[in-house]
Amino acid sequence: MTEHAHNPGRRIGDTLLSVDNISLAFGGVKALTDISFDVRAHEIRAIIGPNGAGKSSMLNCINGVYRPQQGSITFDGQRFDRMDPHRAARMGIARTFQNIALFKGMSVLDNMMTGRNLKMRTPLLLQALYVGPNRREEIEHRRKVEHIIDFLQIESVRKTPVGRLPYGVQKRVELGRALAAEPRLLLLDEPMAGMNLEEKQDMCRFILDVNDEFGTTIVLIEHDMGVVMDISDRVVVLDYGRKIGDGTPDEVRGNQAVIDAYLGVAH
Amino acid sequence: MSEDGTAIAADGTDTTFPRLLAGHARVRPARTAIREKDLGIWLAWTWSQVADEVRAIAGGLATLGFERGRTVAIIGDNRPRLYWTMAAVQALGGVAVPLYQDAIADEMLYVLGDAEIEIAVVEDQEQVDKLLELLPNYPALRAIVFDDPRGMRNYREPQLLAFDELVKRGRAYLEAHPGFHEAEVAKGRPDDTAVMLYTSGTTGKPKGVCQTHASLIAAARGDVGFDGFGPDDEVLSYLPMAWVGDHLFSYAQALVAGFCVNCPESSETVMTDLREIGPTYYFAPPRVFENVLTQVMIRMEDAAPIKQRLFRWSMAVAKRVGAKLLDGRASDVGFADRVRYFVGDLLIYGPLRNVLGMSRIRVAYTGGAAIGPDLFDFYRSIGINLKQLYGQTETAVYVCKQPSGQVKLDTVGKPLPGVQIRIADSGEVQVRSPGMLKEYFRRPDATAESITPDGWFMTGDAGFFDDDGHLKIIDRAKDVGRLVDGTLFAPQYIENKLKFFPHIKEAVAFGDGRAQCCAFVNIDLGSVGNWAERRGIAYSGYADLAQKPQVIALVRECIEQVNRDLAADPHLAGSQIRRFLVLHKELDADDGELTRTRKVRRGFIADKYGVLVEALYSDATHREIETQVTFEDGRKGVLRADVPIIDAAVAPSVHAPLKAA
Repeated sequence: MTEHAHNPGRRIGDTLLSVDNISLAFGGVKALTDISFDVRAHEIRAIIGPNGAGKSSMLNCINGVYRPQQGSITFDGQRFDRMDPHRAARMGIARTFQNIALFKGMSVLDNMMTGRNLKMRTPLLLQALYVGPNRREEIEHRRKVEHIIDFLQIESVRKTPVGRLPYGVQKRVELGRALAAEPRLLLLDEPMAGMNLEEKQDMCRFILDVNDEFGTTIVLIEHDMGVVMDISDRVVVLDYGRKIGDGTPDEVRGNQAVIDAYLGVAH
Repeated sequence: MSEDGTAIAADGTDTTFPRLLAGHARVRPARTAIREKDLGIWLAWTWSQVADEVRAIAGGLATLGFERGRTVAIIGDNRPRLYWTMAAVQALGGVAVPLYQDAIADEMLYVLGDAEIEIAVVEDQEQVDKLLELLPNYPALRAIVFDDPRGMRNYREPQLLAFDELVKRGRAYLEAHPGFHEAEVAKGRPDDTAVMLYTSGTTGKPKGVCQTHASLIAAARGDVGFDGFGPDDEVLSYLPMAWVGDHLFSYAQALVAGFCVNCPESSETVMTDLREIGPTYYFAPPRVFENVLTQVMIRMEDAAPIKQRLFRWSMAVAKRVGAKLLDGRASDVGFADRVRYFVGDLLIYGPLRNVLGMSRIRVAYTGGAAIGPDLFDFYRSIGINLKQLYGQTETAVYVCKQPSGQVKLDTVGKPLPGVQIRIADSGEVQVRSPGMLKEYFRRPDATAESITPDGWFMTGDAGFFDDDGHLKIIDRAKDVGRLVDGTLFAPQYIENKLKFFPHIKEAVAFGDGRAQCCAFVNIDLGSVGNWAERRGIAYSGYADLAQKPQVIALVRECIEQVNRDLAADPHLAGSQIRRFLVLHKELDADDGELTRTRKVRRGFIADKYGVLVEALYSDATHREIETQVTFEDGRKGVLRADVPIIDAAVAPSVHAPLKAA
């Protein structure tokens, strides 16, 4: 057994990702205004806020899908004015999507193998032939993927086409594909949207286990307040593209601006 | 084998399981003894590797201060390491106590205390959590060894020990104490208790059935000889380790015959694993065969029309001639039918057996409950040699088996070599066999109640021999009752007839001491759900579906069919079902309504749903009820429903004089 303590707070490390003064606008619409926050290594960091607050835009800036007009992103000590998706992936940032983005006709196993794409080293032609060094490499990739299948307990659907699986299991497969890339930072966009209570509990368990077993840093967007307050170390609150709160779940819960944003203010 | 007492004793009194294991390691060291699928790959261990692992585990147990005669609890799915632990415990002269892995913590508490468990070897975090929850109430538990380290990193309890660490300590111990293992194995006596299997507790608290090495080995040798099993056979072990069936099949018989045991990847992947392994010998309770057939039928109903027609044609041919061909009565089958069956085998039966993982099966057994005629015929007609057997934990399931070629639906076969059977005046079946229990653990009262002074075990089943010398079991002796007019009432017989319909999952019949027979029914959500979907009937869940008028009409048809069957039997015609209801909730072992082996607990249900039983025996057409339910995470909730109560038509008895009585 390792020397990790019971209290997860103690293993949290230095800043892994820092977002500084990000502003993003689509034409005249300001999606994000001057947002800054940081994410520490091994932490579970939640981004919450009402609909249209800019949560998904924020994730899209972090992994380079959107290019903010202002501000910078520092990941692992390297500062970027704008990230691009390929570099983000190579640097170890993986994500899942609000709407499931899997290959519906492919099996669970094949979908998850696509998550290993960036780790494939042998030339394309060799990959197609499955000979020599590629054979060894592919076996190694398969072993890694099988570990994740075991971890997420989806052995029984390994060879089932994803389109035939229930929604909750598809969400789990998507998490599996992101994990297959062995990310250091995992961005989860509403991992529990549309799930029933039992599926939510399972997903919570998996997110905590990923964080615990693999030491993966996690940034997640979630609407279910109970979930967010239970599993996050720190929470950022956005409203109309501005940061209105940042801190531990307890601090955020007591923050007047946050209460106003969620419950409305008497005018 | 001879039937006189001394020859029976000689069958198993010459050896123990650890010695059998050592023998296999010597005779066939490089042959595969056990496989397990892990990370998608079948891993294999040879007999010599198994012997080595068992030695290390035994050494590890010795470092925990384990002493001869003490017990070790084993809890988890079928994992090689748990089977090895059994052998290691026995090597040290201890008693292995496998527990049902899906039992809730409270149920485990009783068994732990009764068996005086101090060391538990468990599969994973789930079991560890249950045991830790019990620690305050059961502080005697001083070591919990866990196999799968997943999720266990932050556990700090001093009782916990990783399996790898146990093995490491064991190896170090063996190095310091050469010859320890061999000396311990040599001390073991065949009449030592090898394993304690707890009975499911349909009545009262579970009792620990003590089986010795000698009795289990004698029973296993009888089985192996009967069907000719050898080192080339393969089995898939997927039934609970705490169940005597699995113990015989995956442990005792495997060690006697030296065949290979395969452990599935997880309980959800059994069907896939079965197909990959293709066992030659297979054992399953009727429920498993039923689930598989239901799956096949549901898939067929979704198939293209041409495939459906081909399937129906083939199955009609199979039904007509398949069983005859299987029993070697080919002379009864015309040439044209043989050609048809050959075509069917090519197109349907062969591929179907392959999909089911039953291509290589030489012998398949079922037992423990009655099997439906359609179900039994289906498997036999597609060429699977499915047979029935009869036995219980107390007799090491070694009483009756159907010999190949002499298979009958409604019997459990002939007494096995070395087994004597007599029918008591009460109609109860009594057995004297080499596989008989030594005693119930620390329960001389229960032992005395179950074994007659002249040494016969009272099975508690009512039955009789038919003209061919086959034993026929009708019900539990104590459950056979009478209606107020004196008509025979065999509840299980009626319930089984109902459960043979694919749409009905469970049934509970009432009638003893009452004027008429009434029943509760649980629909099968999978089967009825599919039926409803294809008719465009929308439903939100079990409770909703169960109360749909169309579903109730469907159940009513089944009940009336059963009534027609009962009317044909002079003894049972009077016990036709007059009124019934479809329960608003599925009967569940977590709510105490079923035993862990999924038998209905009739008395408990009658108490819990007393309001509904009373309504059945009144003029009410519906009745409101509130029920406590336990969710999977252990929370409790309340379920409210208004349950309709329906009258069923009674068929006229073909035996007029009896009806008049």
